Amino acid sequence: MSGLKASFATRLGGFNLEAAFEGPGVGITALFGHSGSGKTTLLRCIAGLERAEGRLEVNGEVWQDRKVFLPVHRRALGYVFQESSLFPHLSVRRNLEFGWRRIARRERRVAFDQAVELLGIEPLLPRDPVSLSGGERQRVAIARALLTSPRLLLMDEPLSALDERSKQEILPYLERLHGELSLPVVYVSHSLTEVARLADYMVWMEQGRISAQGPLAEVLSRFDLEASEAEEAGVVIDTVVAEHDYPYHLTGLDSPWGRLWVKQINAAMGRRVRVRLPARDISIGLVPDRASSILNVWSARVGSVGDAAPGQVLVRLLQPDDEQAPPIIARITRRSADVLGLSEGRRVYARIKSVALM
Amino acid sequence: MDFDWTPVWLTLQLASATTLILLVVGTPIAWWLARTGSWLKQPIGAVVALPLVLPPTVLGFYLLLLLGPDGPVGELTRALGLGTLPFTFAGLVVASVFYSLPFVVQPLQNAFEALGERPLEVAATLRASPWDRFMTVAVPLARPGFLTAAVLGFAHTVGEFGVVLMIGGNIPGETRVLSVAIYDHVEMLEYGKAHALSAGMVGFAFVVLYLLYLANQRLGRRRS
Repeated sequence: MSGLKASFATRLGGFNLEAAFEGPGVGITALFGHSGSGKTTLLRCIAGLERAEGRLEVNGEVWQDRKVFLPVHRRALGYVFQESSLFPHLSVRRNLEFGWRRIARRERRVAFDQAVELLGIEPLLPRDPVSLSGGERQRVAIARALLTSPRLLLMDEPLSALDERSKQEILPYLERLHGELSLPVVYVSHSLTEVARLADYMVWMEQGRISAQGPLAEVLSRFDLEASEAEEAGVVIDTVVAEHDYPYHLTGLDSPWGRLWVKQINAAMGRRVRVRLPARDISIGLVPDRASSILNVWSARVGSVGDAAPGQVLVRLLQPDDEQAPPIIARITRRSADVLGLSEGRRVYARIKSVALM
Repeated sequence: MDFDWTPVWLTLQLASATTLILLVVGTPIAWWLARTGSWLKQPIGAVVALPLVLPPTVLGFYLLLLLGPDGPVGELTRALGLGTLPFTFAGLVVASVFYSLPFVVQPLQNAFEALGERPLEVAATLRASPWDRFMTVAVPLARPGFLTAAVLGFAHTVGEFGVVLMIGGNIPGETRVLSVAIYDHVEMLEYGKAHALSAGMVGFAFVVLYLLYLANQRLGRRRS
């Protein structure tokens, strides 16, 4: 049985957590929610740092159920805390070795140099944690967790304590992890942008409960979740670099919806690129309207129309020729929706005004 | 002037033995006090702190009753063939352990409380067992606390008087420590000898505390 299966129920000082979810056996599962939604508590239950009633199975191994409770140090997990958690009394190298030396030689699946290289921390090894920047500390903390050869990696908002520049410095490393490690990762975040960039699977938490879970694109395209998210609403789709139009400085991406033109990017043909389509930057027309400056116009079918902010609606659009394609969402005014007569099944054209490359 | 070093050596022996025992006994007590959520925390904490407020003679009096030939502990030590503890060096050590207990437990408890949960949780996620994380994370991080505890425990034992008189008496080479020797010299109007010992004590106390503050400042600076 591969995959991650977790279900926990606990009361912590007036807060009720009752959550069950399943995540893929390889790849990043995002636990998303506002602060106070219980995502960190759930992560701590998974780690065994909170003692909750429940059950936890990691790729076929039971770590917790009614009869079993593996203490934290017997769970083969790596945990990256929100703030810097390096031991101040040990050098960076000794911090990295702390977990590594406690793993039997034959069970080490991550080599010391490999983790150091993956996170680019070679020059930091002899230094003291106090002398590192926030971003550097977090990279060391991630490498330290990986060096325990975890079968499950837990990350509690590893970027939230960092400034924008450090975030941008770490994100590429996180993406490399995603590409190079075959293990399940549970990643707690309250930033849709981060989740959209990194996650494969998404678990949406509200007030200690799980309100939606599933593949990232599917969950992001559900707009019944929280009206307050409407401002940030948007989906992500995975595309492949298909052609470069050098004279116009454009790159054409192949997506399940068809060709998507973006400002030229420096990527080889066939490279996977994830893009985010903010709902507020997609408008809807009844005719293709080639006589406009908008480059990307896709044929679509209206899936559903739902309320967003006052006077605004979110429209879920489906790819008319491909059931498997992830839906996209557009945010338009209620008035436009009425004027256009948008209702389920209506054939329309989606005009994409902007695309964010992740 | 022939100077009698015996009380000085005796005092150093007593303070060293007491400090060593207190670090071994006080550490688990401090650890428990720092981390327990039990209702027993406050009563036990109060008991540990008692010697801070009680006159040493009160403590010495009850220890005398307890350890004496008719006391429960005295009967036990006699049954074990150890004799009775009062008016012996061993008895002084036992009494000093009680008397100096808060001076060791409280700095340790403060240091352990200042650690917080996080470093220990981190160590647990890095596969360290409870004993392992105590030894490799809690103890090194609480090092300034250990230093303070050892110095205060040692210095406070050196300075005790009331308990020594009650439980140890005044036997040269066995229980006649510095503070008692000074008292004797003054009684016999040997002010010169009293001065030598007293001035030595003042200097000792100052140097020890000064070094302690220096060390803690250095440790503190490295950490922040």
